[in-house]
Amino acid sequence: MEYTLKDTPALETQTLEVSLGPQHPSTHGVFRMNVTLDGETILKLKPVMGYLHRNHEKLAENMSWLGSMPYTDRLDYICSMTNNFAYALAVEKLAGLQVPERAQYIRVIMAELTRLVNHTLLIGFLLNDLGAFFTPVLYAFREREKILDLFEAVAGSRMMCNYFRFGGVKVDVTSDFIPRVRQIINKYPKFLDEFEKLLSENEILMARCQNVGVLPKELAINAGISGPMLRASGVPYDVRKVDGYSIYNRFKFRVPIGEKGDVYDRYYIRILEMRESINILDQAIKEIPDGEFITKEGGVGARSPRNFKPPKGEAYGRIEAPKGELGFYLVSDGTMKPYRYHVRAPSFINLTVLEDMCLGQKVADAIIILGSIDIVLGEVDR
Amino acid sequence: MAETIDQTFVLIKHFILNWAQAFLPDWTIVFLSILISVTAIAIFGPVTMMYLTLMERKLVGRIQNRYGPNRVGFWGLLQPIADGVKMLTKEDIVPAGADKFAHFLAPVVIVIPALLIFSVIPFGRGMIAVDLSIGILFFLALSSTTTIWIFVASWGSRNKFSLLGGMRSVAQMISYEIPMVLSIVPVLIVVGSFSTVAIVEAQSGWNWFVFTPWGIVGFLIFFLTGVAEVNRTPFDLPEGESEIVAGFHTEYSGMKFALFYMAEFMNTFSISAIVATAYLGGWQGPWLPSWAWFFIKTYALIFVMMWFRGTFPRLRVDQLMGFAWKFLLPLTLVNLLVAGIWTQFDTPKNYVVTISILGIAIMVLYWANRPEMPKKRTYRYAYADK
Repeated sequence: MEYTLKDTPALETQTLEVSLGPQHPSTHGVFRMNVTLDGETILKLKPVMGYLHRNHEKLAENMSWLGSMPYTDRLDYICSMTNNFAYALAVEKLAGLQVPERAQYIRVIMAELTRLVNHTLLIGFLLNDLGAFFTPVLYAFREREKILDLFEAVAGSRMMCNYFRFGGVKVDVTSDFIPRVRQIINKYPKFLDEFEKLLSENEILMARCQNVGVLPKELAINAGISGPMLRASGVPYDVRKVDGYSIYNRFKFRVPIGEKGDVYDRYYIRILEMRESINILDQAIKEIPDGEFITKEGGVGARSPRNFKPPKGEAYGRIEAPKGELGFYLVSDGTMKPYRYHVRAPSFINLTVLEDMCLGQKVADAIIILGSIDIVLGEVDR
Repeated sequence: MAETIDQTFVLIKHFILNWAQAFLPDWTIVFLSILISVTAIAIFGPVTMMYLTLMERKLVGRIQNRYGPNRVGFWGLLQPIADGVKMLTKEDIVPAGADKFAHFLAPVVIVIPALLIFSVIPFGRGMIAVDLSIGILFFLALSSTTTIWIFVASWGSRNKFSLLGGMRSVAQMISYEIPMVLSIVPVLIVVGSFSTVAIVEAQSGWNWFVFTPWGIVGFLIFFLTGVAEVNRTPFDLPEGESEIVAGFHTEYSGMKFALFYMAEFMNTFSISAIVATAYLGGWQGPWLPSWAWFFIKTYALIFVMMWFRGTFPRLRVDQLMGFAWKFLLPLTLVNLLVAGIWTQFDTPKNYVVTISILGIAIMVLYWANRPEMPKKRTYRYAYADK
């Protein structure tokens, strides 16, 4: 989209350069957008990141393989479980570890619960960006708390779970875990209906979100966009289906697809995805078998991480994290430390198309477009 | 007895005046009378504002599944006072590049029109400070001056967010001023007077204007534009927190910020009061004393505004303008015509004519605005078979 000052002739006008962030209520952390404005219309937008850079990759290369597991929690601090999942998956690929059946199910349950947490929260914050005074956020928080309580009961921590181990999970779930998950998934559709009643057909929300920040299919593919954002643009790509990693190919679920690729599609796709996640959870808690939660080898690795030395080689483990394709590229030289450790962070890559979506839109739109990308600065800056 | 309760506040004033008459010369009594009214308003305005903040926080809290302030005093009733103390003791920051005079002047002056409007509000039977013959005009003139001081504040702060907020504010206020003025004109046509007292008296019994076809349309437009005039959700663009930080009062702290807040809440109250006066019959109503009716109606409208705040997202600049110019303005013009017709026909006939005209107008406007209206969507699924 091209928009120049020449479109408004006669009147001599000046552009206004505004730095949105790093201290700004809606940049979801310390992110900055240098925006050039003509009135309220955006002519240029330059994202500035790195305020939260903390050397995640280099740190991981200087500690044991298991040592960086808790650090992965801090990447996308809203979905620590899926970060653990991706890292564990990559290391297991590298070391050729098997995961017992029960642990697989626990992992899937945790990942899908995380997806619920993330999408619920995102929609809440998106509405905050739209100017709804905290009501959707607090409704989202109410539901999130229930799931976080569950995480706390199992992993000992609400947000920084550090729950996955190579070859399984840290501890077995508590005895009341399955009934509690059932309780959540029984109530969640009702909450989603309530949420949708409040939001989806709200005239203002529809007017604000529809045809705003359109991301064309081609650009989305070329830029390497993944996750709900890509699917909102109309590409049926879901790593859970494409790779069928872990045990995802056992479950029946559909992948919702958007048409236009605007903010409204991105919003709605997430609601539909949550409904599918509930489906997966429903199947998972029905089928979960008894058995061990970690293999013997994995147990040894978890107790003495210094003795855990994957053979030489490289591996790329990827999962469908709530924000997109989260991948860990690992190179081992046969020692207790990774030789190379790289994170393919979905937030970061999805953020690259921000300017393309914002040009020609209003300032207020830039905020909701950023909100609909769903970034967490911990993951963007690493 | 009912009469006494109804006239309580008037009687108190008369009692003080009679008591003073015993030892004061006659000419001072006039001044004393003015002084009493002014003092009453000067106390009532800020106190209302303080407790409106509490009401808003409590209400929005309830909407959001939480309690709201409940630590200071019983049921949080002393919270506004604690806030006031905090505001007073906060550091007053003036940005280095600011126009110091404008930066200082804006918050001080913005309170004045907000307070002055109280003088033409009929709080009850006989409870009005000055029954101006141009009461409504006075209200409209004063409420529009707020814009100037908002712009002065935004310009004086020398902050880009402030400037954006100020520009939005000017554009919004000017756009909404027009439907606002035009939507109250039907009342003036029917009543034949600008005086707020006369307007209320014309609605005696259950003849509130809101029960007439032109009245309900006028009421809705006047209320909506009123919400826009006082910058409240969903029209709170000038201070849109998530976009431009705090808009025109980004660079204000401490008491200066509190004054902006005070002006906003007092305007909220006075807009609701004027809407209640013009369309909901003001203090008219059975059984209860007149001032009680007035406050019930006013607070009901304020409640609706706060309800909006807890529920709605914000509009975008162009949608805001579009709504004012493409929908509200034509509708107010039609409503003006309808009100004129209303006065010319007898009772059964005028209902038929006015309702049909308004119905057609609304349908035409809806149809004309349809291309820009959002549509419901359906979504398809991939891997639907598996």
